[in-house]
Amino acid sequence: MRLSFSAMLLCLLLPSAGALADEVKVAVAANFTAPMQVIAEAFEQDTGHQLKASFGSTGQLYAQITHGAPFDVFLAADDSTPAKLESEGETVEGSRFTYATGALALWSAQPNLVDDAGAVLRSGSFKHLAIANPKIAPYGLAATQVMAAQDLLEQLTPRLVEGQSIGQAYQFVASGNAELGFVALSQVYRDGKLSGGSAWLVPAELHDPIHQDAVILRKAAHNPAAQALMNYLHGERAAGIIRSFGYQL
Amino acid sequence: MLDVQFNLPLNNFTLDVDLQLPAQGVTALFGPSGSGKTSLLRCIAGLEHAPAGRLLFNGECWQDSQRGIFVPTHQRAIGYVFQESSLFDHLSVEGNLRFGYRRISAAERRISFSQAVELLGIAPLLARQPQHLSGGERQRVGIARALLTSPRLLLMDEPLSALDAQRKAEILPYLERLNAELEIPILYVSHAFDEVARLADHMVLLEDGKALASGNINGLLPRLDLPLALGDNASVVIDGVVASYDVDYQLLSLRLPHTEQCIRVAHQPVAIGQQLRLRVQARDVSLSLQQPQHSSILNLLAATIVELAVADNPAHLLVRLDMQGTPLLARITRYSSEQLGLRPGQSVWAQIKSVALLN
Amino acid sequence: MPLSSSDLAAIWLTLQLASITTVLLLLLGTPLAWWLARTRSWLKAPIGAVVALPLVLPPTVIGFYLLVAMGPQGPVGALTQSLGLGTLSFTFTGLVIGSLFYSLPFVVQPIQNAFEAIGTRPLEVAATLRAGRFDRFFHVALPLARPGLVTASVLGFAHTIGEFGVVLMIGGNIPDQTRVVSVQIFNHVEAMEYAQAHWLAAGMLVFSFAILLTLQRRGRVGARAIS
Repeated sequence: MRLSFSAMLLCLLLPSAGALADEVKVAVAANFTAPMQVIAEAFEQDTGHQLKASFGSTGQLYAQITHGAPFDVFLAADDSTPAKLESEGETVEGSRFTYATGALALWSAQPNLVDDAGAVLRSGSFKHLAIANPKIAPYGLAATQVMAAQDLLEQLTPRLVEGQSIGQAYQFVASGNAELGFVALSQVYRDGKLSGGSAWLVPAELHDPIHQDAVILRKAAHNPAAQALMNYLHGERAAGIIRSFGYQL
Repeated sequence: MLDVQFNLPLNNFTLDVDLQLPAQGVTALFGPSGSGKTSLLRCIAGLEHAPAGRLLFNGECWQDSQRGIFVPTHQRAIGYVFQESSLFDHLSVEGNLRFGYRRISAAERRISFSQAVELLGIAPLLARQPQHLSGGERQRVGIARALLTSPRLLLMDEPLSALDAQRKAEILPYLERLNAELEIPILYVSHAFDEVARLADHMVLLEDGKALASGNINGLLPRLDLPLALGDNASVVIDGVVASYDVDYQLLSLRLPHTEQCIRVAHQPVAIGQQLRLRVQARDVSLSLQQPQHSSILNLLAATIVELAVADNPAHLLVRLDMQGTPLLARITRYSSEQLGLRPGQSVWAQIKSVALLN
Repeated sequence: MPLSSSDLAAIWLTLQLASITTVLLLLLGTPLAWWLARTRSWLKAPIGAVVALPLVLPPTVIGFYLLVAMGPQGPVGALTQSLGLGTLSFTFTGLVIGSLFYSLPFVVQPIQNAFEAIGTRPLEVAATLRAGRFDRFFHVALPLARPGLVTASVLGFAHTIGEFGVVLMIGGNIPDQTRVVSVQIFNHVEAMEYAQAHWLAAGMLVFSFAILLTLQRRGRVGARAIS
């Protein structure tokens, strides 16, 4: 809903966008919303280019891109979707790189529920454990890998509730409907520390790395602002922002 | 006896009545449109809840606001015939008839299903759907449906007003049979004088929510203090008894009540002794001081002047006459009255130009 | 077979949800519609407006407030917990409750319209034929409102089938509990399984068209019966 509204706005703004050659339209995976807003501001300040971001799930954005949505750059929540676009010839060759690596947290809105080793998963003192839908969200897939690595998946499956995105999984836990859940660290992490509740920062070796890849889309091959954004994401200032939200590089 | 007291504020006036009505025969609630007739009937049925009111039917209390009594409609032993027949469209004719019939106990039933069907002549319609009936047929089914609850009081709200003259004529005989064959008192709302003249025994004259008069129809119609007698259609109804029949001239002689005087009318033979109702319009009656000789007018009756009143048109006078207890009205010009020097107490000859037999 | 067992399970669950919701809505909505059609109380306007809210509110708003209300800190959650029922989010019962709100106007309004169209006269007639208050309701008002009841059932059922936003917010995508067809389609699209998405989506399309076609035809028949 919000996404199509942004897309509509973008269409309305197209005439003026034509006048400004150095504008970049970015499709951004929902989990990266907060850091992107900070980065966009810094990018516009430092480069003078205009940045217009649309947020949505990686699957939705993929569908829009393959059906002609006017995006220049795609920041996905995984590495497989950009790779798929690349194999379909939708991207500028050689532009793909990992702009962030996601970290997973087992989080509860209650202060003392989750211990810093995740033992609460074994104790089972909860009714619902929220995860993102593993079929469609990389953080959900990583969460199932963590549980499988600890031989808990089968035992915990009856208590799993799935959000359609990592954002919804967070919402289930934040509203208390699920006592705890696997969320993106970036959702509960601000300025280098936990913003509330209790959490176990899941060690990266318990799951496949959540590489979040970026690509320049084919139609932006000659847009200097698109390349400028890619360069900017490689830079120090962006790296600092990304880390402060709990991502690794 | 039906004891009726209601005070109900309506849009333009307040219905305010205090009446004792006979619990037998047909009582007409008569008045112009919007005079409160239907509201009064609905109060009696309990469809309208007058904030102040008392209603006793043969001593049984149906409403007494002071004592907080209000018997809901479905617990009152009434039948109600609506202006438009209001049959249930989701039921067949038979389903409509049985709706009320089924809801009273067998012990209460005084009218059988077949009796009502026969009385209203609706046997051929039973399997039909209401949508496929004519207006007259619908109204007959509506009346039969009301009768099948074996009501102790039948309320009829202008049951003929939605029908054209032909349909009216088709139903009136059924209403007369109803009155004659079933001993159910009927309250009959109408603004059509001819229906009232034909059916009513008792009459309540309503105007702007007030009862101007209530009484026997024979006595009420000639009253010169009521607007009814002053209008162009002023008339009396006389219930006469068939005294003889002249086969040769095909004339029926009807003896007026309390007298030996007869009114003759051209008609087919009717059994001697049967009661028939006549309507005599005031404008069809002229007066003469001497017994007219050599007149073609059939009916010449001796009468006494009771009172005179100026009609709604100042050129005319209404003269109320008495024929040994039977009242008669004559509408004559004021000029004629002054020429003849008419005054109360005077003996005159009334010449009746035409008579309508009502049944 | 183009549909997987999980698709079939979602279809079966959706049919159950829609059936239960429709039956409950008819039971709860008919008295409410009756009251709305007949009352002269000042409460008619505000309550009528509340009933109509789901017509204009995005389902996500209903879903969001239900999620908050059913949560352990919410009023509904507090009540259900004190009754020993736990919380209702992520349960089939919770979905039924959400659907009741979501489809309420689609059931109440056609019935209310039907009751209003009947007017007072047939009920007065029934009263003079010795029918008491409930007798009148069941044997006159309901049969005469039948076209409205049929429309309400069809719309309530179809609208619940198409429910998505509310389920998304309070469901949790649990197989056989809360994973209904609309969510399953969303999952397929998100997972880029477009072929399976097409099968389910086309099924919904055909179903919805058939429902509306039936209603249109009934509408014509109904109009004839009234004249």
